[in-house]
Amino acid sequence: MTQVEDRVATTAPPRRVNRFVALLRNGWRQLTSMRTALVLLFLLALAAIPGSVFPQRNVNADDVQAYFREHPRLAPVLDRLGAFDVFASPWFAAVYLLLFTSLVGCILPRTWDHLRALRVGPPGAPRRLERLPQYAVVEDVSGDVAAIATLLRRRRWRVVVRPGTVAAEKGYLKETGNILFHFSLVGILAGVALGSWYGWHGDRLLIAGSDHGFCNTLQQYDQYGLGPRVHATDLPRFCLELVDFEARFHESGQPESYRATVRVEAEGTSRQADFSVNAPLRLDGANVYLIGHGYAPVIRYTDRYGRSQTSVAAFPKSDEMLTSEGVFTFPDANINPETGERDPNAQVAFQGLYLPTVSEDRTVSRSVHPEERSPGLLLVAYRGDLGMETGIPKSVYELDQRQIESGKLVQVGLSKPLRKGEVWTLDDGTTVEFLGTRPFVVLSIRHDPGEKIVLVSAGVLLVGLLMSLAGRRRRVWCRVTPAESSTTNRSSVVEIGGLPRTDYPGFADEFAELVGALKADRATTGHAPRERAGTHEGTD
Amino acid sequence: MGALSNQLLTVAVLTYLVAMVCHAAEYAFGTRGPVARAAARPRRELAAVGAGARGTAAAPEPETAPTTASATPADAKRHALAGRIALAATVVAAVLHVGAVVTRGIAARRMTWGNMYEFVLTLTLVGVVAWLVVLTRRPAIRRLGLFVTLALVLLLGVAGMVLYTPVGPLMPALKSVWFIVHVSMAATASGIFLLGFVTGVIYLLRAGYEQGKRSFPYPLARWAPESEALERLTFRLHAFAFPIWTFAIASGAVWAEAAWGRYWGWDPKETWSFISWVVYAGYLHARATPSVKRRTATWIAILGFLTMMMNLIGVNLFFEGLHSYSGL
Ligand code: HEM
Repeated sequence: MTQVEDRVATTAPPRRVNRFVALLRNGWRQLTSMRTALVLLFLLALAAIPGSVFPQRNVNADDVQAYFREHPRLAPVLDRLGAFDVFASPWFAAVYLLLFTSLVGCILPRTWDHLRALRVGPPGAPRRLERLPQYAVVEDVSGDVAAIATLLRRRRWRVVVRPGTVAAEKGYLKETGNILFHFSLVGILAGVALGSWYGWHGDRLLIAGSDHGFCNTLQQYDQYGLGPRVHATDLPRFCLELVDFEARFHESGQPESYRATVRVEAEGTSRQADFSVNAPLRLDGANVYLIGHGYAPVIRYTDRYGRSQTSVAAFPKSDEMLTSEGVFTFPDANINPETGERDPNAQVAFQGLYLPTVSEDRTVSRSVHPEERSPGLLLVAYRGDLGMETGIPKSVYELDQRQIESGKLVQVGLSKPLRKGEVWTLDDGTTVEFLGTRPFVVLSIRHDPGEKIVLVSAGVLLVGLLMSLAGRRRRVWCRVTPAESSTTNRSSVVEIGGLPRTDYPGFADEFAELVGALKADRATTGHAPRERAGTHEGTD
Repeated sequence: MGALSNQLLTVAVLTYLVAMVCHAAEYAFGTRGPVARAAARPRRELAAVGAGARGTAAAPEPETAPTTASATPADAKRHALAGRIALAATVVAAVLHVGAVVTRGIAARRMTWGNMYEFVLTLTLVGVVAWLVVLTRRPAIRRLGLFVTLALVLLLGVAGMVLYTPVGPLMPALKSVWFIVHVSMAATASGIFLLGFVTGVIYLLRAGYEQGKRSFPYPLARWAPESEALERLTFRLHAFAFPIWTFAIASGAVWAEAAWGRYWGWDPKETWSFISWVVYAGYLHARATPSVKRRTATWIAILGFLTMMMNLIGVNLFFEGLHSYSGL
């Protein structure tokens, strides 16, 4: 523990500067005290609680939006307090920065002290060894201090010999471990900080097929986040194409395994690679994680002019049996090929419900198994103005409801269930055919340069923690004095005192054993060595 | 096999209940009038000296010392008998408990930590085994069994009634070596924390009792070992469990990195693991701070266990996160 003994500042003549310095120094002493550390640890735990109570943007942004909808008055207030970004909020940062300041302020002096202790060895013996928790007296003929020191050294004690006394200490690893542990906490924080400054990540939905390849540039991500020190041009160059995706399911419909096969193009070479959940694709400068998958139905629409267009649309799943919903849009449908004229009211869209396994009972509009055992696509056709020119960003998974409500986009006929290969002819003679599906995957592509630092720090933390918790620091002093009532030749008395510096109930046994060894070593004549051993227990 | 597991567990819980009742009887007989109390006193001191001065590192106490050494009238014999029966029942229940876990594992063809129900099953088993191990080293604390069995019955009851999930296979995200390490370490640490929680509570009761408090909860600890030994045991258990918990969190982070691409994402379960870790770190800290009373420190440990329970049960019920785990 830190022992700041220079109280000079407070007692110096009350000059202004000094009082200020004293204030600073006192504040620092307060901040780096164990009590403050305790309070700050407590505050840290407390400050983390809102992070689990309120939805967090970095965990699930949709939940945050839902919260705003449900609590329109409360949510903005909470938002201003940082309740939806707890772990990036200024007050959370204030707590951990104070804690780590305290930590560094505490650990540095302890490191110096410890290094000095390692160099200098244990301090001199207290005047009255019999006051120590462990105490024994052994009669010794020779009174040879050096021999006692050798015996202790053989038992791996760190020994300092002073005239007439031997001071020995063991268990320095405890403090070493403790210091390592606390430093590694700083290491973890540094790794986390590095990762958030220089890391980046992006999510991308990738449909199988060479026509749906993806290259690692920001424009191609559906969603991304860059650390403040990362520039768009820093992203490593590579391209991915989903070649195959295999999902296996149990009979109950619970997923069993996934495997994605991609072609990776980087630095002019092309190779194929497999990856899956728990086994990401590790590329140079980025890792690719599989975080979702689904089906992308393919349809072909043939318009009034006989022009066919094929559309592949990823349908997000709406339940665990992979019942999936999505839309196909054909903004370029029914363009007169001769004039090139676009009829703004003849754009076409289909709302779709895809069931990989249609149930026997046709009335059920949910899939009964996630595998494509009996696929069916239910389409609802719309014709009119898709409203794509308004410039308002739209979801690619649903139609613009405002266009439907305002009557600009009109449903055509009833809904139509289609099997693979089936064709549906609409009222204006145009046709739509269900061609099949392609798999799609949702990828999270990430780079975190701080990861390794965090990992190594966590390893050091564990080792340090084990050393610190298992270690036991204890001291033993031996003092050799000429026996006071000695009638025999040059006999002397060795007093031995032991001090466990940490909670260590086994110390009494170790001490007794040590005394036994000294006796065996020392008692050379017929004198029965006298011994008094204290049994009282020492705490910290 | 799954049904067999459920039956075994039911019988195990009932047997724990029997053990609990016997432990309670041991308490009750012990409170009988001054004769038993006088008879018990030297014995307690003996136990205290044994536990306090020798400690776990020393050779195991002879089982007979605390229970039969005192020249006792029938009363003390009877409560010792109740205690023995309780202990035997606990051992039987633990065997049944092992059976329930093993059959469940066979039914599911995997380790039993695929969902919260199995997790609680496993962690309580760790708790019982840890308890029996501690007991072989320090038979003097047998009376604490009342609280251990109480905690077990409560946890297993919650598991059976609230968390029960039929046998099922693992989600793909859970198929990972790191996941196995993560959950087994978490279960081990939780089991030992559970035991530490029990000894912590009894320490607080006992410390109050030794200070002369005689109102309701304190007399429960009349027969508990001396408070200092209890406090040390509590610390020992926590100091043992804390690195395991740390390792559980670290291995969970390694697994999360492989599964989701980030080693830490503050989802509710991660957040509460962090909170528990910080609170337990606070406990170890507080215990090393001379100006903080041991009782205050122990309160922090108890708070730590409450945060563990929040994580175990509360988070699965109240919040949703990435941990596709609870099976609820
Ligand atoms: C990030 C915050 C911190 C955490 C998580 C933390 C955690 C811990 C833990 C778990 C222990 C017990 C295990 C061991 O002995 O190694 C411990 C011990 C210790 N900590 Fe910290 N600590 C933190 C900050 C601090 C600060 C700010 C100080 C200084 C005021 C400090 C001083 C100590 C000391 C002196 C011990 C050793 C006690 C002993 O056994 O003698 N720690 N810490």
